[in-house]
Amino acid sequence: MSATLLMLLMLLLPLATALGVVVTGQSPNWRETVTVVSGVLLFLLAAGLAMVVSFDEAPRLVLAEPVAGLALAFSPEPLGVVFALLASFLWPVTSVYAIGYMRAHHEQNQTRFYTAFALSIGAVMGIALAANMFTLFVFYELLTVATYPLVTHAGTAAARRAGRVYLGLLMGTSITFLLLAMIWTWHLTGTLEFTPGGVFGDLVGDVGGPVLGTLLVLYVIGTGKAALMPFHRWLPAAMVAPTPVSALLHAVAVVKAGVFTILKVVVYLFGIDTVAKIAAADWLAALAALTILLGSLVAMTQDNLKARLAYSTISQLSYIVLGAMLGVAAGVVGGGMHMVMHGFGKITLFFCAGAILVATHKTRVSELDGLGRTMPWTMLAFLIGALSIVGLPPFGGTWSKWWLVQGTLDTGAWMLTAVLLISSLLNILYLVVIPARGFFVAPTTPATGIREAPWPSLLAIGITALGCIFLFFWPDALFRMIDEVLQ
Amino acid sequence: MSLLAHLPVLVVIVPLMAAPLCVLVDRAQPVWLLALGAALLSFLCAIGLLLQVPEGGAISYHLGGWEPPWGIEYRIDRLAALMLLIVSAMATLVMLFARRSVEREIPAERVVLFYAAFLLAFAGLLGIVATGDAFNVFVFLEISSLASYALISMGRDRRALNAAFQYLIMGTIGATFILIGIGLLYMMTGTLNMQDLAARLPEMADTRTVRAGFAFLSVGISLKLALFPLHLWLPNAYAYAPSIVSAFLAATATKVALYIMLRFMLDIFGADFALKQMPFDTILLVLGILGILSASLVAIYQTNVKRMLAYSSIAQIGYMVLGIGLATTLGITASVLHLFNHALMKGTLFLALGALAYRLGSVNLRDFAGLGWRMPWTMGAIVVGGLSLIGVPPTVGFISKWYLVLAALERGWWPVALVILVGSLMALIYVWRLVEVAYLRAPAEGAVVPREAPLSMLVPIWLLAGANIYFGVATDLSVGSAREIAQLLMGGGG
Repeated sequence: MSATLLMLLMLLLPLATALGVVVTGQSPNWRETVTVVSGVLLFLLAAGLAMVVSFDEAPRLVLAEPVAGLALAFSPEPLGVVFALLASFLWPVTSVYAIGYMRAHHEQNQTRFYTAFALSIGAVMGIALAANMFTLFVFYELLTVATYPLVTHAGTAAARRAGRVYLGLLMGTSITFLLLAMIWTWHLTGTLEFTPGGVFGDLVGDVGGPVLGTLLVLYVIGTGKAALMPFHRWLPAAMVAPTPVSALLHAVAVVKAGVFTILKVVVYLFGIDTVAKIAAADWLAALAALTILLGSLVAMTQDNLKARLAYSTISQLSYIVLGAMLGVAAGVVGGGMHMVMHGFGKITLFFCAGAILVATHKTRVSELDGLGRTMPWTMLAFLIGALSIVGLPPFGGTWSKWWLVQGTLDTGAWMLTAVLLISSLLNILYLVVIPARGFFVAPTTPATGIREAPWPSLLAIGITALGCIFLFFWPDALFRMIDEVLQ
Repeated sequence: MSLLAHLPVLVVIVPLMAAPLCVLVDRAQPVWLLALGAALLSFLCAIGLLLQVPEGGAISYHLGGWEPPWGIEYRIDRLAALMLLIVSAMATLVMLFARRSVEREIPAERVVLFYAAFLLAFAGLLGIVATGDAFNVFVFLEISSLASYALISMGRDRRALNAAFQYLIMGTIGATFILIGIGLLYMMTGTLNMQDLAARLPEMADTRTVRAGFAFLSVGISLKLALFPLHLWLPNAYAYAPSIVSAFLAATATKVALYIMLRFMLDIFGADFALKQMPFDTILLVLGILGILSASLVAIYQTNVKRMLAYSSIAQIGYMVLGIGLATTLGITASVLHLFNHALMKGTLFLALGALAYRLGSVNLRDFAGLGWRMPWTMGAIVVGGLSLIGVPPTVGFISKWYLVLAALERGWWPVALVILVGSLMALIYVWRLVEVAYLRAPAEGAVVPREAPLSMLVPIWLLAGANIYFGVATDLSVGSAREIAQLLMGGGG
C-alpha cells in the first residue's frame, strides 16, 4: 500500500470505529471488540507507514484548501510517525484495560465513552501526520472538543467544574496565543508548511530577535496541552475523568500532542539553529525548568494518587519543552525519546492507580501501605513504571534522560543539568516511595477480600510495564527514527 | 428582451407581488406555499445574477427603459449579487422552516398577514441591495423596516409590542437621518443615481453640506446597523420577536444595513473621502472594539438565550465594522467575509432556537437542561453554530477570524488582533454555558420531556449547519467574492 493511502486510512479508521461503536452500542461485547480490533489495525497501519515511507520524498495528502496556500494536508515525518506509533500502540492496550476497568467500576454511558475515545485518537492521528501548522491546529482543537465529554464523563458538579477549567485553559490559550502566533507567522512568511530548517529563512536576520522571540513565546505558551506553568491547571482538573482516560489521554495522547506541537514548531517552523539564537528561548527553558521543579514539589504534597501522577506529568512534560528550547540536536532527540519513554512509564502508573481503585476503592497514597502483599503484580508494575520515569536502568527512561542531560551539557547550561538531576531525585521521593511502602510497610488495617484487578486490566499493565524494559534494551529503532529529524 | 435580462428586477418584484397575493388567497396553508415559492424564485434569480455578473463589472438594468441618471437604475455588481444571494437563501430556508413554527407562535387569524409582512420585509431588503438609486434605498428601507416592526410586534410575549415600538422609534430616527443625508447630497449634486453621485461628489467634497450629509448618513446607517452604542433597540427586538423573524432579521437585516454602509461610504463617497479625509475609519475601529468587548461581556450574563445571541450579534457587527475601520483591502475583505459567514452562524443558531421554542415553548437557559440527549440533532446544530461563532476550525467562523486578525497584523496593530481573539474567548464562554447546561445538567423534576424537532425544521437547520462547515473548508465563493468586492470598493470607488 502506498503511504498516502495508509495515512488516509489512519485518519478514517478512528472515525469508522466511532461509528461502529455507536452502532454496536447495545451489545457491550461487540462494541469493545470493535474498539480493540480497530486499535490493533490502526497500529498495524502506523507500523506499515513507518516501514514503507521514505522521508526524503514524503508523500502529501491534501484534503481541502480553505485559504490559498493553506491546506488541510498530511505528510509523514519521523517525529509524527513516532507519535502515531506511540498513540496507536497504546490505544488498543488501553481499550483492553478499559474493558476490565469500566465494567468492574460500573461506569455509565460506556458507548459515549468509547465513541469519544475513538474520535480523540482520530484527532491525535491528524496532529501526528499534519503537514503544516494549520492542519495541526485544526486537529489540536478537535482533540480538545473530543476529549471534553470524557473529562466530564461523570456528569457531577465537580466534573462540570473540571470541564470548564479544561476547556477554558486549553481553548483559551490556543485561541489567544497559538492562533495569533500562526497568523503572525503567515503574515511574515506566507506559509505554515513544516519545512526542515524552518520557514523564516532570511527573516531571521531582518525581523531580528524581538519578533521571533515573541513568536516563540506565543507558540510555547499557546500550546496549553504542554501544561507549562502557569497554564497547567487543566491537567489536574482533568483527573476527574475515568482512569483509562487519564492514562491514555492525559498521560500520553493529549499532553504529548502538546509537547509534540512544540517540538514541531521548534524543528520545522523555526529550525533548531534559529531557536539557539533566540534569547527568549533561554527564558522559556528557565520557565520549563521551574515547571519541572515546582511540578515535582507540588506532586510531593498530593495525597490523591491520580493528582500526584498528574503533577508528575506536568513536571515530566517540561523535560521535553526544555529539550526543545535548548536549540541543540541532543535536546530534540531527548525530547522526542522522552515522549515515548514517559508515555510508557506514566501510562503504566495510571493503569496501576486505576487497578488499585477498582480492587480496593482507595485513591489516597497514604492508604496504600502494604498493598504489595495483596496486589503484588500491580505494585511491581508500578515500581517498574516509577523507575523508568526516574531514569534508572534497565528501563527505557534512561535513554531520554541521557540525551536531555547531553543537551544541557552541550549548551553549557549547567543549571539546567542540575535541575534535571534534582528532579530525578524528587521523582524517587514521590513515586518510588509508593511501591516501596506497598511492599515493606505493614498495612494499617488488615486487608480483607482484596484481590488483584480484573484480568484484562492486568494484561494491559503487563504489556506497558514490559514495554518500559523493552525500550531499554532495544531503543535503536526509535533512536534512528528520531535521528532522521535532524538529517 | 429575454426573461434572463429582467432578473435584476424580478428578484425584487416576485416577493413584492406575492405579498398582496397572500392577502387575497387568505388561507394559511396555500399562503405558506406561496411565500416559500416566492422566496425560492428570488433565490434562483439571485443565483442567476451571481453567475451573470461580469468580473469586476456590474449588470445595469434601466427601469421602464429610462436612461440613468434620469430613470431609476438597478445595478447588480458582485457585492449586490452576493447580498441578494445571502438574503434570498436565508429567506428560503426560513420559509422552509416556518410552517409549523408559525402555526405554533402566531394566532391563526394573523398567519396570512404575517406571511405578507414577511414577504414585504424580504422584498424591501432585496430592493435596497438591487437598486442603484439613493432615494430608492430609502424607500425600500422603509418598506422593510415597517414590515419588520409589524413582524416583531406579532411575538407571543406582550413585551414584543414594546420592543417593536422601541425599534420603530429608533428605526425611524435612523431612516430620517438617512433621508436628510440623501437630501443634502441631492441638494449639492442634483442627482440621486449612485454612479452619478460618486462621479460628482469628489469635486465638492470640501463643502460643509457634503460633510454634513456624510455625518447624517453615518449616524442613520449606524442606527440601522445597531452599531454600538446605537444598538439599544436590537436585543429586545430579537428576543421577543417570533422565532423565524429573529432568525431572518439576525441573518439578513443587519447585513443589509452593513451593505448600505459599504455602498454609501466606500462606493458613493469613496474610500478616500470616507476613510482618509473623514475620520470614519478611526470611529469604526474604536466603536467596533468597544462593541466587541462590551456586547460579548453582556452576552455572557444573559439567561434568555435569544437575548444572549442578540448581544452576540452586536459583538459580531463590531467585527464587521472593525474590518472596515482597518481601512485596507484585506480589512474590507475580512469584513465582507464575516458578513457572509455570520449570516450562516446566526441563521443556524436562531433557527435551532426556533425548533427548541417549538418543542419547549421557552428559550430560557434553565430549560435547556438535558436537551443534548433529548433533542440531539437540534442541539448538535447549536453546537456547530456555537463553535463557528467562537471561530473553531474547520467552521466559517475560523476563516473570518483568520482574515480579520491577518488584516490587523498587516497594519501592525497587534493589540487589535488581540481584541479579536479575546472576543473569541468571550464567545467561548457564552456558548459553552449553553452547551454545559444542555449536556451536563439533568432536567428538573417534572419538566417537560421534549421530543426531537420535526423533520421539516431539522432539514433547514442542518442545511445551514452544514453550510457552516462547507464554507469553512471550500472558501472559493465567500473569500473569492469578498476579495473582489474589497478591491472594487477600495480601488475603483472614487
